[in-house]
Amino acid sequence: MLLELSPDQEFFRETTARFLAEHQPVDEIRRRRGDPAGFDPEYWRRGADLGWTSLLVSEEDGGGSISGSGLVDLTLVAHEFGRHAAGGPLLPTNVVASALSASGDDAHAELLGGLLAGTAVATWCLGEPIPHDGLGDIRMEIRVDRDELVLHGVKRPVESAAQSSHLLVTGRTGRGLTQVLVPTDAPGVSLTPMRTVDLTRRFSVVRFDGVRLPLSAAIGPVGDADAQVERQLHQALVVLAAESVGAMQSAFDMTVEWAFDRYSFGRPLASYQALKHRFADMKAALEASHAIADEAAAAVTAGTPDAGELTSAAKAYIGESGGELMQDCVQIHGGIGVTFEHDLHLYLRRHTVDRALFGTPDEHCRRVADFYLAREGVA
Amino acid sequence: MTDTEDLDAFRRRVRAFARENLQRTDGSEFVRALRNERTDEQELAAVARDREIQRMLYDAGLAGLCVPTEYGGQGLTPAHQWILNEELVGYEFPTHLQSPTFAPCLPVLLEFGTEEQKQRHIPAVLKGETIWMQFLSEPSGGSDVAGALTTAVRDGDEWVLNGSKVWTTGAWWSDWALCLARTNWDVPKHRGLTVFMLPINREGIDLHRIEMLNGSREFCQEFLTDVRVPDADRIGDVDDGWTVGIRWMIHERTGLNSPLVTMPVGVLGGTRGTSMGAVAQSAGRVHDPRALHLVGESHVLELVGAALRHRIAEGVGSGKMSGQASAVGRLFSGKATVRRMTIAFELAGAAGAAWTDDDGSIAGTGDDYLMRQVSCIGGGTTEMAANVVAERVLGMPRERTMDRDVAFREVPRGPSH
Repeated sequence: MLLELSPDQEFFRETTARFLAEHQPVDEIRRRRGDPAGFDPEYWRRGADLGWTSLLVSEEDGGGSISGSGLVDLTLVAHEFGRHAAGGPLLPTNVVASALSASGDDAHAELLGGLLAGTAVATWCLGEPIPHDGLGDIRMEIRVDRDELVLHGVKRPVESAAQSSHLLVTGRTGRGLTQVLVPTDAPGVSLTPMRTVDLTRRFSVVRFDGVRLPLSAAIGPVGDADAQVERQLHQALVVLAAESVGAMQSAFDMTVEWAFDRYSFGRPLASYQALKHRFADMKAALEASHAIADEAAAAVTAGTPDAGELTSAAKAYIGESGGELMQDCVQIHGGIGVTFEHDLHLYLRRHTVDRALFGTPDEHCRRVADFYLAREGVA
Repeated sequence: MTDTEDLDAFRRRVRAFARENLQRTDGSEFVRALRNERTDEQELAAVARDREIQRMLYDAGLAGLCVPTEYGGQGLTPAHQWILNEELVGYEFPTHLQSPTFAPCLPVLLEFGTEEQKQRHIPAVLKGETIWMQFLSEPSGGSDVAGALTTAVRDGDEWVLNGSKVWTTGAWWSDWALCLARTNWDVPKHRGLTVFMLPINREGIDLHRIEMLNGSREFCQEFLTDVRVPDADRIGDVDDGWTVGIRWMIHERTGLNSPLVTMPVGVLGGTRGTSMGAVAQSAGRVHDPRALHLVGESHVLELVGAALRHRIAEGVGSGKMSGQASAVGRLFSGKATVRRMTIAFELAGAAGAAWTDDDGSIAGTGDDYLMRQVSCIGGGTTEMAANVVAERVLGMPRERTMDRDVAFREVPRGPSH
């Protein structure tokens, strides 16, 4: 998270942090384990009142930012979500709200209003099943049939699909991409709930079997939405990075505290150099993760040419080194670190889910290489 | 009071200066220098050119951006320095003057020098007239800096120094040195040290060049025999050298991340300028997914390292982080560089072991690999940095030592010292 917040940003962050501490304590998160939605709609509505869903929406559409950069402000919320391992469809709702607002199409005003108010949820369907589960490997077909769009394909994992009234579906029309807003109850749409490591996030497999919608359901140009999809991916990666770093921060703080409190052989764990050096490496990885997450958010906000490179670098680094940091925290806790009773796994779960979504560290590593080699003129 | 120069205007000024005065470079010259592919004559010519560039920067009002104006600096901000570093990408810059002259020697002078010392030395540094070294490590030990055995004995208005210092990079073409010496053997080690400054090319200093395993002869060792230093060249109080030393160490760990350092963004950051893209291309592996992963990993480490340097500079600058946080950056960059050297060697395949002049960027990756650990040793080992992070940043208990509260002459030493 940013080192320097404006007073308004700090107030905003603090308000969200206090709200989450009150409404998403660890016991509540554990309680939601078997809950179909994973979160209470009233909790989400009140969160929306705090501004959680309005930051990527233009002021004309009823949104607005704290600092002038809504995405940076959103990282403050995402960071607190990670720190508290909080439930709620933060990423999908914001990505869809941003896309609807950017489309400038008044036809979606009602849904956008619902997202802003927290009374509606919508989600983004990007990933697809094995063997086409690679980032950007999109086989979902969106065909134009006179004045209709026809959808064929499968998307997974789709976050909060069962709680969403609408699905923003990314598919292929000829050589280019198309995005369509599909009501979840449209004929031909079917959902299969998935199992997941996160206690409060819910994912589904969503099948589109000849779903027919009017052309007006397209968000952005038909067959030419590639740049828009890339932009959404950047937003998603920035949110995931901030949330992952929040989860890492909680796990790290908890483990440092443990190292001071836990005695073996008459001295605290924190006095053993073997562990001190591990903590030093973890601290370096943690600060580096904060730094690259913020750099990525700044680049996407400014729309600089390196935004793709930096968001992927953040995803790759935070996923890989953060995963090791998380497991080191477990190791230093010992057996208690792998029990359900201990809180550590709540953050481990969140980091683990975020690491695997929207491209693995390996995929993003290779994406960084592609950007870098193209710039160096090597390919 | 004048307003600080507007950043955009500053950027335009730097851009114009660079275009008109500096030669373009692809960084390969810099890599050659690090790999010891220059003769002594070429090295001296490169030093002379660096002094020239520094003088041009000074004359253009672009030297010592974060140094107060009363000492010849510009009194600007780290943000200005960052812009200078951004705008110098692709241009030559005074490589030989950055470390250790601009960091850590310059900040030590700024913090602890008397007004007269600062007036005498800082403008000369900013004009490229004097290049500084650290007489810090000794043959008896590098990490235990405060265990220095080099001794200074007072003789009237002078001090007489005897002992040996080592790992002074480029001392053979440098001018002045900051020297940590023991002035009292009858108190615990941290309380018997004093810092001096002295010219290097003088009677009583016998300078040897050490041959490294890759053939480089840039590292030096000095033998000091009855070297007389006026008391006016003492920095800080007698026997209080560790007060200076603590800050000196922090500035050393900050190293090239210091806002006093001028270095194009991305050229270094502890990565020794190797273009992993060029290595992968020379190796014919740009379409191999595993090689792509390695190239990506290497570049991710560069991007993350730059972001981390930025964050720590901002945090230390604003006071949100203590100066000890520099050890976090040092730890990261040491290990990241080690990893990058390994990746380059890995990409090279068998050409990492045996190569010809036609092998392009692969050539030399084997030598770099042999020298890999330098990034985790030079400038204070990563182990020491890890201690600092754990103990000073995270507040964990200090390691036990056998030299606390004991007169230094009673401290156990190895048989050879």
